[in-house]
Amino acid sequence: MPAVSKGDGMRGLAVFISDIRNCKSKEAEIKRINKELANIRSKFKGDKALDGYSKKKYVCKLLFIFLLGHDIDFGHMEAVNLLSSNKYTEKQIGYLFISVLVNSNSELIRLINNAIKNDLSSRNPTFMCLALHCIANVGSREMAEAFASEIPRILVAGDTMDSVKQSAALCLLRLYKTSPDLVLMGEWTSRVVHLLNDQHMGVVTAAISLITCLSQKNPDEFKTCVSLAVSRLSRIVSSASTDLQDYTYYFVPAPWLSCKLLRLLQCYPPPEDGAVKGRLVECLETILNKAQEPPKSKKVQHSNAKNAILFEAISLIIHYDSEPNLLVRACNQLGQFLQHRETNLRYLALESMCTLASSEFSHEAVKTHIETVINALKTERDVSVRQRAADLLYAMCDRSNAKQIVAEMLSYLETADYSIREEMVLKVAILAEKYAVDYSWYVDTILNLIRIAGDYVSEEVWYRVIQIVINRDDVQGYAAKTVFEALQAPACHENMVKVGGYILGEFGNLIAGDPRSSPLVQFNLLHSKFHLCSVPTRALLLSAYIKFINLFPETKATIQEVLRCDSQIRNSDVELQQRAVEYLKLSSIASTDVLATVLEEMPPFPERESSILAKLKKKKGPGAVSVTELEDSKRESGELNGAGERGPDPSVMAASNASTPSPSADLLGIRSAAPVSNAPASAGSLLVDVFSEAGPAASSGAVNDDGFLRFVCKNNGVLFENQLLQIGIKSEYRQNLGRMYLFYGNKTSVQFASFTTTVSCPGELQSHLNVQSKPVEPLVEGGAQIQQVLNIECLTDFSDAPLLNIKFRYGGALQNLTLKLPVTINKFFQPTEMASQDFFQRWKQLSQPQQEAQKIFKANHSMDTEVIKAKLLGLGMALLDNVDPNPENYVCAGVIQTKSQQVGCLLRLEPNAQAQMYRLTLRCSKDSVSKRLCELLAQQF
Amino acid sequence: NRWRKLRFLLLFNRQGKLRLQKWFVPTSDRERKKVIRDMIMLVLPRQPRTCNFLRWKDLKIVYKRYASLYFCAGLEEQDNELLALEVLHRYVELLDKYFGNVCELDIIFNFEKAYFILDEFLMGGEVLETSKFAVNVSMEQADTLQE
Repeated sequence: MPAVSKGDGMRGLAVFISDIRNCKSKEAEIKRINKELANIRSKFKGDKALDGYSKKKYVCKLLFIFLLGHDIDFGHMEAVNLLSSNKYTEKQIGYLFISVLVNSNSELIRLINNAIKNDLSSRNPTFMCLALHCIANVGSREMAEAFASEIPRILVAGDTMDSVKQSAALCLLRLYKTSPDLVLMGEWTSRVVHLLNDQHMGVVTAAISLITCLSQKNPDEFKTCVSLAVSRLSRIVSSASTDLQDYTYYFVPAPWLSCKLLRLLQCYPPPEDGAVKGRLVECLETILNKAQEPPKSKKVQHSNAKNAILFEAISLIIHYDSEPNLLVRACNQLGQFLQHRETNLRYLALESMCTLASSEFSHEAVKTHIETVINALKTERDVSVRQRAADLLYAMCDRSNAKQIVAEMLSYLETADYSIREEMVLKVAILAEKYAVDYSWYVDTILNLIRIAGDYVSEEVWYRVIQIVINRDDVQGYAAKTVFEALQAPACHENMVKVGGYILGEFGNLIAGDPRSSPLVQFNLLHSKFHLCSVPTRALLLSAYIKFINLFPETKATIQEVLRCDSQIRNSDVELQQRAVEYLKLSSIASTDVLATVLEEMPPFPERESSILAKLKKKKGPGAVSVTELEDSKRESGELNGAGERGPDPSVMAASNASTPSPSADLLGIRSAAPVSNAPASAGSLLVDVFSEAGPAASSGAVNDDGFLRFVCKNNGVLFENQLLQIGIKSEYRQNLGRMYLFYGNKTSVQFASFTTTVSCPGELQSHLNVQSKPVEPLVEGGAQIQQVLNIECLTDFSDAPLLNIKFRYGGALQNLTLKLPVTINKFFQPTEMASQDFFQRWKQLSQPQQEAQKIFKANHSMDTEVIKAKLLGLGMALLDNVDPNPENYVCAGVIQTKSQQVGCLLRLEPNAQAQMYRLTLRCSKDSVSKRLCELLAQQF
Repeated sequence: NRWRKLRFLLLFNRQGKLRLQKWFVPTSDRERKKVIRDMIMLVLPRQPRTCNFLRWKDLKIVYKRYASLYFCAGLEEQDNELLALEVLHRYVELLDKYFGNVCELDIIFNFEKAYFILDEFLMGGEVLETSKFAVNVSMEQADTLQE
């Protein structure tokens, strides 16, 4: 046994650990552990009172066993006893055991809290620190309740030792994160802010974490920290490397503190005070200058610490996004790092450049590095670096370089690591669509994608290519020709067969003139793949066949033959059998006219947000993609490329797929000869269009709120559209503030005159919501789009929606339109993460009947988990995993930020798939909010 | 609404044996086991001299190998990877200072000390005291206090 015990060696513990290490098998280890557990149990139960040392030793053994991965169900009491020991090491082991093992066993927590209370009031700094550590480690609600009011006092008291202050600051931070409602800074605020001036660097370092967190929540109250932080930073940045003694880390003065200061400043806009701002810019310049100086040490720690500050400074520069000079310098610095021999720096440079690419000042500067980044994608040995390179290429892509970037990404895909292929495929698909100038390039790209990485091409991707081909008649012939060629390959991916089947079924006629792709050749080609395909693909092919009968009567006999054979008409799969039977019947009894109507070419799909983008967002979580979206709105002056609609909607696709939505509908369709294929796809927009056609002076002034409910769970999209006008929305919310961009698009070729818009808050809403808008230009040229920005401030919770009234003259007639603006109370949510126990405890606290609102309702949309999750995330609350004992249920938590107060909200959604019903329950600290949220949400699922 | 902090810190050896685990936010047992398994599977096969940073779900992973031990931390989106690397290094230095040429065995046999040293250095995932001197003073104090 090595003599490695230090300090107060516990010999028995060391022997036990050696024994475990000497065990030859897992079984032997378990046996030894069970023996030890029995021994400890008997000691704890024995008549003889144990002395402190033995208790400590056994508790420590239990801890060791627990850390090996075994469950421990006793010893808690003994550990709690150790807390009241006067011996430091016994107390320390007791606290360690509690920190690692305690769950919210309420009886025990009371005892623990008692011990903590004693230690906190002991005036012994080491004991106080132990107690604070325990609170921070456990951090439960009960502890917050017991100590949240005590700790600020300790933090600011004049006679508190520095080390205790440090612990108190971080302990308070920990409590604030789990129970912000219990930590009331109020009277302490200014004294806490002034800890930034403390003499002791350790105190400042700890306090600043707390201040940063509090500033994020209450920026106004903590505003004074900005100038203090700047002067502290300036003192550090200009100090010599030895000035700060032990807080200098490998010749870098106070790197942790510097980074935390820079991070704190990122909670605020650039300082308004010219002098403060000047000083800060000077600091940032000094930091950038230092990067060019020769290193003071060859140690990697030196360069890491120095560069950590540099990257944090660059983050701040990007956050301000207002100093073109600094942005370009930052970009050049990162450019140097792209070629650095340290892999870590190359990785971080790629990562930071992604955010720089979204700033209008530095986008062009980032683009100059394209060759280096492409080279990184090709040559980096480390997959995580290549991944960052791919991300950056995606972020720096615009019209000017899209073809090059997409080509490089495609060629990288051939050898890409499996772990990142799916994401790469989505990115290529998005870029190809977004920057497609000619759609033949788009079609080529997607087909290449399927050829190279077919397995990773999700449904969204191939649905999308079909939607686009159907909506653009200039590319249909090219698409048909290209898929026909692609299908010639002896082995082609099933996704290729799907796309091929669909496109030839719709547009095969466009290439049928060429004898090399005559109808029969096309059919035989498709059918040669049939037997290798899965059931859904076969079903799709059958639909393509019946479409062939309509397009090319000469193929009728051959195809009927195929449909009639046993393997189709008696197929064990119900769907295939039904299609075969029905199509066979349809082709034999229906007249050519009926056939032509039923099997008419697909009508265009309504424009909607790319479902691929939605998928990528879901994959990466919020935030990752929004950067590029934001960049779009900035750079392309508000072009609405995500004409946002419902998101992925494969059901429309499937339903309209060759007019076989369901067996019964199909038969009905034949009898009445209704154009089945027309109905599903365009139902949404049809109604609006018919409406506006009926009265081109759709001037009623009645409020149109069709669009309103679609925006409860999303912020961007098309709010309204008729034959004349399209109104798109992009909006963003932070705390109790929001900004909404409205895009008015003139769809006609004629000018709109006297174009005015008015936003009003009817009735009481005025005192709840403050909406400010700038007037728009009175003339909107034909085909042009104008933009309007609304600033929104939520004063207190509200139920009604502001109204947008639009008036303009079109060809002499006055148009008057009133819409409900989708500003709903949930937009001001801040998500709150919490653990299961905290959730249910709060749930119980909100148990007054009026705090709860509940609705049971029928599902209006697909009950698909991912769809529901996406909606709940769109709602703005945090979606909590592993909280509800029933994994089918969804629970969310969030805080609504209004100017006057914060409203905590908990949500529980219980789906019943069998009955196609939901039960929705909301509990909020304010009853009007529960009610309103419940109304809004009951129509979303 | 981002908190700046470490979410967890793990120490495991080349054979994938866990030597120390510290969770800075409430994490269920199941989640802990999954994180530990995933981290070990993610980090161990990586080649030497590759980059010290990874992405895992929505976390940034920073790891570094010291002799037979891997030190691995999970950070939030806003965290500074380079600085986290130096948090790991500073922790190793503190262990080294306390044990004198620290090795894996020291951490196995004195696991409780390894936790105590960590507690002197970090709290709730935030750096509590960056001065090596100050941390060591309090550790030495603690050792003399035992009597």
